[in-house]
Amino acid sequence: MERTFIPSDYIPIVVQSVVALGFVVITMVLTHFIGGKRKKIHTLRKEENFECGIEVRGNARFPFSVKYFLIAILFVLFDVEIIFFYPWAINFKDFGWNGFLEMLLFLFFLLFGFYYIYKKGALNWEE
Amino acid sequence: MLIFKTILASAILLLSLVVAMYSTLIERKIAGFFQDRLGPNRAGPWGLLQPLADGIKLFFKEEFMPNTADKFLYILGPSLTMLIACLTSAVIPWGPDIVINGQVFSLQMADVNIGILYIFAIVSIGVYGIMIGGWASNNKYALLGAVRASSQMISYELAMSLSIITIVMMSGSLSMRDIVNQQQGFNWNIWYQPLGFIIFLICAFAETNRSPFDLPECETELVGGYHTEYSSMKLGFYLFSEYINMFISGAVMATLFLGGYHFPFIDKLGLSPNAFAFVSFLVLFAKITFFGFIFMWVRWTLPRFRYDQLMRLGWKALIPLAILNVLITGVVILLNQ
Repeated sequence: MERTFIPSDYIPIVVQSVVALGFVVITMVLTHFIGGKRKKIHTLRKEENFECGIEVRGNARFPFSVKYFLIAILFVLFDVEIIFFYPWAINFKDFGWNGFLEMLLFLFFLLFGFYYIYKKGALNWEE
Repeated sequence: MLIFKTILASAILLLSLVVAMYSTLIERKIAGFFQDRLGPNRAGPWGLLQPLADGIKLFFKEEFMPNTADKFLYILGPSLTMLIACLTSAVIPWGPDIVINGQVFSLQMADVNIGILYIFAIVSIGVYGIMIGGWASNNKYALLGAVRASSQMISYELAMSLSIITIVMMSGSLSMRDIVNQQQGFNWNIWYQPLGFIIFLICAFAETNRSPFDLPECETELVGGYHTEYSSMKLGFYLFSEYINMFISGAVMATLFLGGYHFPFIDKLGLSPNAFAFVSFLVLFAKITFFGFIFMWVRWTLPRFRYDQLMRLGWKALIPLAILNVLITGVVILLNQ
């Protein structure tokens, strides 16, 4: 049951994108026009950011914990490595034991890196 | 063909929206049941008109935008989230082929050979919608919620893509239709991949920001999380897209693990192709409803995780477990060959 895939398989995705985009744009425009008509009232207090009723101090353009950045970097690294699994997994049955052992080697390096960041404490949120 | 695809795309969009609307009602009903109260019952019989009332209310609410917000990104955030939620369904096979006037039509928008990768690609764009919206509001709570959301979603995406590798190894294809067709009758992937299924289910909760992983909008600490500053239909887009994502992730789980539209003995009933397609679609829909119920059941049963617990579960438990699952599956497949 070998089937052939051609680039025109992707045309329906374009169709769906157009339909979805149309829905989003129409709804956004519609709600803009039929929404509440009190737009003339512009006061400083009303348009302030919400901060549980107290005076706003500064704004939200402040540095946040570097842990989040670290997670993002680790994600990029691991996601790229996981994508390498996919071509291997599709051809897994053809490769047999040989391919499995080669993947073990790749996995060893991956897990070595994982162990390293684990020991370095990159995954600890407590401290 | 293009006309049929356009109709199908609109039908799927409409279906997702109606299901999302009524999921809000069912969720409130289930919450009422769990907490020994009635739930919404004023608008129409059994509260059936409640979702309509909510939708109309959101449409007519005043649009609010904080004066410090980045205007373009503030509108882009919810629009992008909604767009992404509507795009994921493109590769899901909703049923077997149907025949109209002797022509065969497929009940799947696009049968592409990268089906699973397409889903992952689209789902990972979803992070941008939340991050852009939270950042653009220029609110501290929204920013914290957005940062938490993106961090959580990318962490669980790793375990999610790792848990799917075993399915790909078994089927040898990334096309959703191939994967469904290999699960004829009762030959579902869940019997071979229980661990992979559990990992995927947990990650689906985290990806859709559902409780117990709803830290991005955790109301006790962050007011409303990333949508604190949103009102009218922009807020509605964020809320609806969560339910659409729930529906679609239920469909993906049913397709990958529970045999999609296959069920034992329905192909023995001797139905005409169109009736068979309809019954198969109902089977798929029942499976999706089952997942929807699990989503709601868990939400009203379990308390919320702490953020360090969430990260520890994702990185230190699910990722090693998923890798172990890949190894075990590999050995078992090769021994059986």
